[in-house]
Amino acid sequence: MIKYIVRRLVLLVPILFGLSLLVFVYVRSLPGGPEIALLGERATEQSSEAIRKDLGLDQPLPVQYGRYLKNLASGNFGSSIITRQPVMDELKQRFPATVELGITAILIALILGIPLGFLAAKRYQGFLDHASLGASLIGISFPIFFLALILKWIFAVKLGWLPSFGRIDATIDLPHPTNFYLLDAIIDTNWKAFVDVLKHLILPAIALATIPLAIIARITRAAVLEVTNEDYVRTARAKGLDPSVVDRRHVMKNAMLPVVTVIGLQTGLILTGAVLTETVFAWPGVGSWMLNAIRNADYAVLQGGILFFALITIFSSLLVDISYAFLNPRIRYQ
Amino acid sequence: MALLSVRDLEVRFSTRKATVHAVNQIGFDLESGESLGIVGESGCGKSVSALAMLGILPKAGRVTGGSVEFGGVDLLKLPDQKLRQIRGKDIAMIFQDPMTSLNPVLTIGRQLTETLEKHLDMDKDVAKKEAAELLERVGIPRAADRLGDYPHQFSGGMRQRVMIAMAISCKPKLLIADEPTTALDVTIQAQILEVLKNLTAEEHMALILITHDLGVVAGVCERTNVMYAGKFVETAPTAKLFSKPRHPYTLGLLKSVPRLDAARKERLEPIAGLPRDLRTLPPGCSFAPRCLYATDRSRAETPELHTIDSDDHLVACWNPVPDADIPERHSLEDPGAS
Ligand SMILES: Nc1ncnc2c1ncn2[C@@H]1O[C@H](COP(=O)(O)OP(=O)(O)OP(=O)(O)O)[C@@H](O)[C@H]1O
Ligand SMILES: [Mg+2]
Repeated sequence: MIKYIVRRLVLLVPILFGLSLLVFVYVRSLPGGPEIALLGERATEQSSEAIRKDLGLDQPLPVQYGRYLKNLASGNFGSSIITRQPVMDELKQRFPATVELGITAILIALILGIPLGFLAAKRYQGFLDHASLGASLIGISFPIFFLALILKWIFAVKLGWLPSFGRIDATIDLPHPTNFYLLDAIIDTNWKAFVDVLKHLILPAIALATIPLAIIARITRAAVLEVTNEDYVRTARAKGLDPSVVDRRHVMKNAMLPVVTVIGLQTGLILTGAVLTETVFAWPGVGSWMLNAIRNADYAVLQGGILFFALITIFSSLLVDISYAFLNPRIRYQ
Repeated sequence: MALLSVRDLEVRFSTRKATVHAVNQIGFDLESGESLGIVGESGCGKSVSALAMLGILPKAGRVTGGSVEFGGVDLLKLPDQKLRQIRGKDIAMIFQDPMTSLNPVLTIGRQLTETLEKHLDMDKDVAKKEAAELLERVGIPRAADRLGDYPHQFSGGMRQRVMIAMAISCKPKLLIADEPTTALDVTIQAQILEVLKNLTAEEHMALILITHDLGVVAGVCERTNVMYAGKFVETAPTAKLFSKPRHPYTLGLLKSVPRLDAARKERLEPIAGLPRDLRTLPPGCSFAPRCLYATDRSRAETPELHTIDSDDHLVACWNPVPDADIPERHSLEDPGAS
């Protein structure tokens, strides 16, 4: 198992290498360039030229890529063309913001989706089953962006129950050793801050959770229905075990296998969803940052951000494979 | 008083299109320590009868009549919680396919101990020791080391041994084995039957052995019921059934038993025709459409079980097989396969 993980991690190197090249070329093929974002209307032939030269964009692509790699190797992601801030510094702030939002969303999706799917299967063809099917369909087909706006409008603007933007109230003073604000609040044992951070998290996390929740509920339902008909469940019932034990120990443990696989596939969905949700709720994460960077052709930021997304995706799929091996004794990686 | 007394048991499945009459008023008695075979071809309702007795029918199925008295209590009237105390403890069951009947994500040890913990109130360590002893008894070598293994690490025959160990773990008074050897190859079949035979004898357990293979019943069961289209059509001490089969269907089954000594030019004779469609039950004998002995009466009136030859031999047939048609070779000493 350890060997398997190490091998997967070693494999990361060529993957990231290839990815960096792809991203590098892709970013540069976007229409426009940083000089347009910087100069806007006032751009002239000469000033554009000067800026491109200043940024090293006048050199041949292989040379630019070589320099980029050299910097990467020493942990330097370059600086934002617009803000002049090092990409790494900003990533350190924004990475935890997105991860915190994403994990909260996945937790919501799991905590609600699994029991919902289970109950729907138990009430197969009953009211709850049909109701949850309807709700899932709505959840899956509703555009996140729109849902986020509606949530914000109802609960933040109209009702005023929850804050409408940001991660924490500006008046709260909280040191940020980790930049995971919930964690920071716990470290600081500042419960007022903890509650406030939680309040800020709720709406964007719900908006982000809907699609994965609907999918997880559906998959759980299908898996439970299938497992319930398995011979070993009949064996368990023949042993005289209580129905709750049969469900927990025999049905759910098996039904979780496809669910885990699906969770792994959700990471990409969560990340794209994060771009939209973060924009609506002015969440200072990687998603909203990237959106801006695309507008501004901010090459260094885009390169850093996309590499970061790739890393998260790779790590979460590794995590899924590992937990799958734990749940399924028939699979042991060597 | 009989240990188990089944009367007029009736099971229906409601499917979207039709009602399936899977079991139609079957009845029998079983004394403690006695072994009974239930034989019939695929789909005739053997498994469903057993599941109905234990109250673990699939969702679509329901018992629509009859009684199943076990130790004087009607299991069908028992609330589910009470029934669960009997299931797995006093009545245990072994299923056909050992490859799918064990939970793939739980260790063998866990699947053994959960029954012990539930019914005998053992704590974890005691249950573990007991589980190892049980595996030892059904002939699994290095039993204690194997408790932590998962089902996929066992062969089919070994898994069926595990299933048997699980079933006998609480020393049940009645063991129902539903085609315990069907999925296994011939040499393993014989071993498994041997294990079953010995254990039931040692523990004085009653046994219901369900199979479609008369050869399996021959060496194990004192009595055999032949089932067709959800009904018993003949019941007799196994030896008598082999020497004097009176129902044309029984005769057909006997002729289709494969025999190791079939060097002679005898061929297996499959029973012509298809099993009865259980969605409609017209009057008359269910077997009539496939039967060489069928009369007009067979097609019009349903025959009930009645004695023939002797008190312990019953047959449901208007025109039983005459002596002249019974071939010599079907004797118990030569029970065919295995
Ligand atoms: N879940 C179900 N839904 C509908 N009908 C069913 C269901 N299970 C069984 N049946 C019906 O009940 C009848 C009896 O099935 P059963 O499983 O008892 O047969 P069997 O004698 O055990 O056959 P086999 O030798 O194949 O195990 C079948 O003809 C089948 O049509
Ligand atoms: Mg069966």
